[in-house]
Amino acid sequence: MSGPSNYKPTTAFGKWMHARLPIMELVQGQALDFPTPKNLNYWWTFGGILAVMLVVQIVTGIVLVMHYTPQASLAFASVEHIMRDVNSGWLLRYLHANGASMFFIAVYIHIFRGMYYGSYKAPREVLWMIGVLIYLIMMATAFMGYVLPWGQMSFWGAKVITNLFSAIPFFGESITTWLWGGFAVDNPTLNRFFSLHYLLPFVLAAVVGLHIWALHVPGNNNPTGVEVKSGQDTLPFHPYYTMKDAFAIVVFLIFFAAWVFFSPNYLGHAINYQEANPLVTPSHIVPEWYYLPFYAILRAIPDKLGGVIAMFGSILILFVLPWLDTSRVKSGSYRPLFKGFFWIFVIVCIALGYLGSKPPEGAYVVWSRILTAYYFIHFIVILPLVGLLESPKPLPSSISDAVLAKKKPAVVPAE
Amino acid sequence: MKLLKTLGIAATGLMLLAAPALAAEGQKDAKNISFSFEGPFGHFDRAQLQRGYKVYKEVCSNCHSMQYVSFRNLADHGGPEFTEEEVKALAATFTVQDGPNEDGDMFDRPALPSDRFPSPFANEQAARVANGGALPPDLSLITKYRPGWFGTFNQLINGIGGAQYVYSVLTGFEEPTGELAAEAPEGKHYNPYFANGHWIGMAPPLSDGQVEFDDGAPNTVDAMSRDVAAFLAWTAEPKMEERKRLGFQVLIYLGILSLLLYLVKKKIWAGAH
Repeated sequence: MSGPSNYKPTTAFGKWMHARLPIMELVQGQALDFPTPKNLNYWWTFGGILAVMLVVQIVTGIVLVMHYTPQASLAFASVEHIMRDVNSGWLLRYLHANGASMFFIAVYIHIFRGMYYGSYKAPREVLWMIGVLIYLIMMATAFMGYVLPWGQMSFWGAKVITNLFSAIPFFGESITTWLWGGFAVDNPTLNRFFSLHYLLPFVLAAVVGLHIWALHVPGNNNPTGVEVKSGQDTLPFHPYYTMKDAFAIVVFLIFFAAWVFFSPNYLGHAINYQEANPLVTPSHIVPEWYYLPFYAILRAIPDKLGGVIAMFGSILILFVLPWLDTSRVKSGSYRPLFKGFFWIFVIVCIALGYLGSKPPEGAYVVWSRILTAYYFIHFIVILPLVGLLESPKPLPSSISDAVLAKKKPAVVPAE
Repeated sequence: MKLLKTLGIAATGLMLLAAPALAAEGQKDAKNISFSFEGPFGHFDRAQLQRGYKVYKEVCSNCHSMQYVSFRNLADHGGPEFTEEEVKALAATFTVQDGPNEDGDMFDRPALPSDRFPSPFANEQAARVANGGALPPDLSLITKYRPGWFGTFNQLINGIGGAQYVYSVLTGFEEPTGELAAEAPEGKHYNPYFANGHWIGMAPPLSDGQVEFDDGAPNTVDAMSRDVAAFLAWTAEPKMEERKRLGFQVLIYLGILSLLLYLVKKKIWAGAH
C-alpha cells in the first residue's frame, strides 16, 4: 500500500514490535494519517456504512446459527423458535433480515455514486472491478440466505432461480440436479445453501480487504474528479473522515432501526411466514426487492437462455464499464450531457425494479423489453458516444481551488 | 437537468402510488377496521386478547392447530397476561400425548404450561377427511402470511392487514345468489374475502352469543371476530410490544448520539479549509 507514514515507535515495546510486525505503522499510515481529498461529500460515507453493515450481518448471522436448524422439516420451526423463545431472538432475526436490505440500499447508493463521479476511471479500474465482484458475492449470499427460513417464497424462489441454470445447452439439466443435490429442491439443497451462506460472507470480507487495498493505492476519487495534486488538497483520514463517517453511519443506523422496530416485515414477503410446501405454488413468485430489476430483465427476453444471458450480462457489463466510458473527465458535475443520461439510467433501473415486481403480462412485458433494451444501450451506445460528443465544463485547477471557490463564491477571487 | 430530475422523481412517486393491487384471484380487500395494536404506539388490549383466546379455545381449536404457541406464552408480558395459575388451569383443559412410559406405552395426560398447543388432528390426512378435503391451516402465523390488501405503497402505510383479513373472513360469509349459487362446489361456502378463490371449506364458524365472556363484553359475531383477530395478531407477533418499546429507546439513543457526533464533526472540520 502507498501513502506516507511518519510512524516512529517511541516506546520500548513499540520498537520491539515494529522490528517484528510493523502493524502500528500500517494502522497509522492507512487508517489514521491516510491523505484523503478534503472535498468528499456525504455520498462518500457509504463505503464506511457498508463495512458496518457487513459486520452487523456477520455478527447477527453467527448468533442466529447457534439457534437455527438447517434441516428441511425443522428449519421453519427453528426460525419460529428464534422469534419466540430465544432471548432477543426476534431482534437478531429482524436485524439480519432487514440488514440485508439495508446492505443493498447502501451498495446501490455506493455504486451509483461511483458511476456519477466516474470513480471507475483510470487509475481505479481494478478497484471498481473488485467492487462488482463484491456485489456479485453479495447477491449470491443474500439469495442463499433467503432460502434458509424455508418458507413458501424461500422454496419457490430457490426453485425458480436454480431452474435458470437448466437453460444452459447440453449440461443444463445436469447442472441443476448437481446444484439441488437431487431431483428437486429439498433437504440437500437447504444444507448446501446453509453451508455456502456461512462461507461467502467471509470470502466477502477478504475481497473487501482487496477493495480497500485497491482504494489506498490510487487514493480516493472526489466530487471534482480532479486528482490530488498537493498536500493542500488532502486531510488526514483521522479525525476528519472518521468523524464524518461516524456521523453518517449513526444516521444510517436510525434509518435501519426504523425498519427493524416499526416495520420489520415490510421488506420481505408475507407468504414466507407459511412453511415451504412443494405441492402448493404461490400465485406470484417474486424475488427480494433488490433483485427485481434483474428479474425484469430475465423475463423481458422471450427465450429462456436469452433471458438468463441478459440477466447475467446486465451485471457482467459493469466489469467493462471503465472502458465503455470514453470521456476523460471523471465527475458528472462537469459533464452536462452525461449528467442527464445518468439520471435517466437511475430512473430506468428503478422502473425495471417496479416491473420485476409485476406479473409478466400485457404492458408490463412491453415496458420491461423497452427498458431492458435501454439498460444495455446506456452502456454500449450512450456512454461511448456522450464521451466523444459532449464538451465538458472547465475543471477546477485543483481540489483546493474548488473548495475555496465554493466557500467564497464570485466576490473574492480564489487565492 | 433540474426539470428532468424533478420529472423523474415525480414519475417514480406516481408509479409507487398507482401500483395496482396484486390480489390473488380477485380476493376482496379486507374491511379496514382499526385495532389497538396498530401504529408505532399501538399496544394489545389485554382484555381483548383474553376474550380472543376464549374464542380460539371454544371455536377455532376444534379444527385449527396453533403449533408454535405454548401455553406458558399466555402469561408472557405483552400478551394476554393470564396469571400463572390461570395458565395452568387453561392448559389442563387440553389433552396431550406423552410417553413412552416405563412400559413402553404412549399415554394421554392434561397439558402443562410448557406444552405447545396440541393439534386437533393426528395428521394432515385426518384433518382433511374430517373437513371435506380441506386442510384447516395452522393459526399461529396466519395474520403474518395472509395480507388483507395489497399494493406496495398501501402496505407501507397500512401494514398488510393480516388481522383485518381474519376479521373479514369471519364476518364475510355471504349467501351466494344467481350464477354463483349454481356454480357452488359441494360443501364449500361463499366468502369474497378468502384468499384462495371465493369458496372456502369452513362453514361460518361463529354465531351471535356463541361464546360467553366473563367480562360481559359483547359477543356478537362482529365483536368475537375482532377479539379473535387481535388474539391471532398476538400469536403471530408475540414480541410486538417489546419490539416497539425497545425501538423508541434505540431511536432516542441514536438520535442523541447523531446530534453529538454532528457537533463534534462540525467543530473538527471548522478549521479544515
